[in-house]
Amino acid sequence: MSINQETVLSQSKIKQRPNWFKFDVRAYTMIGALLSIWVLFSLLHDRFLSPTNLSNLFLQMSVTSILAIGMVLVIVAGQIDLSVGSLVGLTGGIAAILNVWYEWNTIPVILATLGIGAAIGFIQGWIIAYRAVPAFIVTLGGMLIFRGVLFGTTGSVTIAPLTPSMKAIGQSYVGDVIGWVFGIAALAVAGYLVMRKRAARAKFGFDVEPFAVSVLRLGVIGALVIGFVYLMNSYKGIPVPFVMVIVLALIFTFISRNTTFGRQVYAIGGNAEAARLSGINIKRRILLVFVLCNTLAAIAALVLTARLNAATMSSGQNYELDAIAACVIGGTSLMGGTGTIVGAIIGALVMASLDNGMSLMNLESFWQYIVKGGILILAVYVDIYTRQRKKV
Amino acid sequence: MTAVLEMRNITKQFPGVKALNDVTFSVKKGEVHALCGENGAGKSTLMKVLSGLYPHGTYVGQILINGEEKRFGAIKDAEVAGISIIYQELALVKELTIGENLFLGKEPAVFGIINWERVFKESERWLKEVGLHDVNPEQPIGGLGIGKQQQIEIAKALSKNANILILDEPTAALTEQEVDILLDILREFKKRGVTCIYISHKLNEVFAVADTVTVLRDGQTVGTFPIAEMNEDKVISLMVGRELKERFPRIEANPGDVVLKVTDYTVMNPERQGKKVIDNLSFEVRKGEILGIAGLMGAGRTELVMSLFGSYAGQNFGTVEIEGKPVKLKNTQQAIKAGLALVSEDRKKYGLVLGMDIKSNVSMASLGAISSGGILRPNEEIAAGNQYLRSLRVKANSVETIVGTLSGGNQQKVVLGKWLMTNPKILILDEPTRGIDVGAKFEIYNIMNDLIRQGVSIIMVSSELPELLGMSHRIIVISEGKRTGEFQAEEATQEMIMTAATGGKGL
Repeated sequence: MSINQETVLSQSKIKQRPNWFKFDVRAYTMIGALLSIWVLFSLLHDRFLSPTNLSNLFLQMSVTSILAIGMVLVIVAGQIDLSVGSLVGLTGGIAAILNVWYEWNTIPVILATLGIGAAIGFIQGWIIAYRAVPAFIVTLGGMLIFRGVLFGTTGSVTIAPLTPSMKAIGQSYVGDVIGWVFGIAALAVAGYLVMRKRAARAKFGFDVEPFAVSVLRLGVIGALVIGFVYLMNSYKGIPVPFVMVIVLALIFTFISRNTTFGRQVYAIGGNAEAARLSGINIKRRILLVFVLCNTLAAIAALVLTARLNAATMSSGQNYELDAIAACVIGGTSLMGGTGTIVGAIIGALVMASLDNGMSLMNLESFWQYIVKGGILILAVYVDIYTRQRKKV
Repeated sequence: MTAVLEMRNITKQFPGVKALNDVTFSVKKGEVHALCGENGAGKSTLMKVLSGLYPHGTYVGQILINGEEKRFGAIKDAEVAGISIIYQELALVKELTIGENLFLGKEPAVFGIINWERVFKESERWLKEVGLHDVNPEQPIGGLGIGKQQQIEIAKALSKNANILILDEPTAALTEQEVDILLDILREFKKRGVTCIYISHKLNEVFAVADTVTVLRDGQTVGTFPIAEMNEDKVISLMVGRELKERFPRIEANPGDVVLKVTDYTVMNPERQGKKVIDNLSFEVRKGEILGIAGLMGAGRTELVMSLFGSYAGQNFGTVEIEGKPVKLKNTQQAIKAGLALVSEDRKKYGLVLGMDIKSNVSMASLGAISSGGILRPNEEIAAGNQYLRSLRVKANSVETIVGTLSGGNQQKVVLGKWLMTNPKILILDEPTRGIDVGAKFEIYNIMNDLIRQGVSIIMVSSELPELLGMSHRIIVISEGKRTGEFQAEEATQEMIMTAATGGKGL
């Protein structure tokens, strides 16, 4: 028996020669798609890669990205949220009413808006988890209700303009120096994490990647960070909404990977029965997922309203579809159980790049719908195709 | 009388297993022919070959209907030849009416427009054939009891001009009165020349209705006998008559205090009001022993352990005591906290998240132990994963291997690891060695021995009698939710257990 075991082990060692440059196929496809879109647009239009336009692009993708971060958790848990677009409209409208009509200060407005987002998430999540009404139905109903409430409370008028400090949430930029401080801090943290992971892997007897590969990896990260900060600084600096995207993405990546809650959400989406029999309180987790998702929708609403300097009746319309598409393009499976925050943000970047590039080229808006729809289907097709091939 | 159906030298191979090995099966016209055998003997496989579910070419051998060779490419072909199968799980659409169900897929229609009058008129006729005189065919089927649904399923088969009817465990979900009605219908069919193949674990039913019995064992025909020459004991000994080939490394129990005491435990069927899946059951488990639970499929074994673990939908009554303290476990969280662990029978459905890696699956029920304030400590998770990888000898590259890529035996070890990490007092194993190879089985037996040495109590539910006899110290037998026997494993034989399991003459 023991001899047998050893031969199996040594065979497996031979089989698994580590290839440190092999990432996920899906990650490659996603980044490859993004790069080819950028190359295509930069060939078609010389201003696409200009600092001004890229700054604009990152600003434009922020709202979708924030929604997509929450949507990843919802979809990973095997649910769906169709209401976030209307919720952006409603909470944005409330923020504008409080700020413009009632002349509340910025901080109370932010707190009230986030509170309303969380409360609505609690109600929707409770009906879904504890009353077993399918998420599709509850959030479809929510989508209609929130839009209706928005019309009713505002009397269907546009509410503007916001106070300057409120506007700053969506329109300001981080100064040059602070931008560089951010960049260097990010680099330092990345270096620390890579080294700590090496040490941990060595401690538990895993294969550790060669030092040169770690350095190369850090080099690539460094080039990206420095290039990004330099580019943004050569226009107005890093847009504040994009800083929020990065911070939220870090927080939620941490939640999804390093907390019991995040782990349980992935387990529920992967196999709800097994999760239940492992003593995981599924209902409570699902409820919390919706609270988080809808609170993020309220954050997105603040950014959008501030950026537009107004709350309109149609703001946020169809944003839920953009958010879902960003998740799916970023590799989140609608079956639940798999998906990453980073992927969803790259997905949002793909969508925003398409929008931005096609607007630059003055393509009529109907083309933008058709192209985005086609890309969505293509992305999922490629994903399914590569996975099937892997199985064979 | 001539053979209406003959199956000659049927061999059906699955990867790694010969499910049927040169089986010959011959049925005379107008008889009720019982097909008996243990779980896994090959009865269902044989019927799937006959009904066209396994098409011609996927098996070796010949099927002759009225002396003429038939090659079924699909279920439809078998139906045209007059063969109809009625499965354990009824294949009716609950939302549709009786008439719609009867004519599903063969609605009388002109240019796609259904002639409803004819549907309901003819439905009435078929319903009368199966003794349903006062049932309105325009009524939805969901409102009827399981017994009547079964009769409608039979009527549906008849309406397809079936002259060979296969009933696979038809009485598993029926009450006694419903069983009597069904047996009467079968006797009526006999007079009219309809041939029935009757698969059942319940030998009393077999002897009440069948003319002939064929016994299968390990994928081979043991023999076909007129029922008049047989009795229940003879059939049972033919069913189990095999030597203990595998080795079981049982160690002596050193039974300590009673850890789990279950008294007058009753579990209701969540889908059928008033039907009990477990009926007034009492037993106890001591520290450091293995209690085997035997019973045929559908006896209520899985429902019992699921209910004890707080994860069964049906209501339960009675008392459960753990280490002398009465407990009321409403959900799995409470059960785990109370020291219970359940390795369920279907590891892919209930045990594992196949897309996750080994360490995440192992830690899934013990996330509290490797986290503080809700934040995981990844190093400790890896350490725990490695510990079980080593102690359970899981064959995998690392704890980061995705569980779905492992073999069945290694997957089962990961499930075991998950539950061992919760430090259970009572480990319940439901079919712990189903679908895994002999070597891995042996390793799992050894793990069980290690655990009872450490003072864990084990409850093992198994359909494999040699395994129950070889590994447990005491065995209780359940039949239709009732306890029908208790044996010291060393004194018990397969025949004694089968007798108790098929109707309860023991104790």
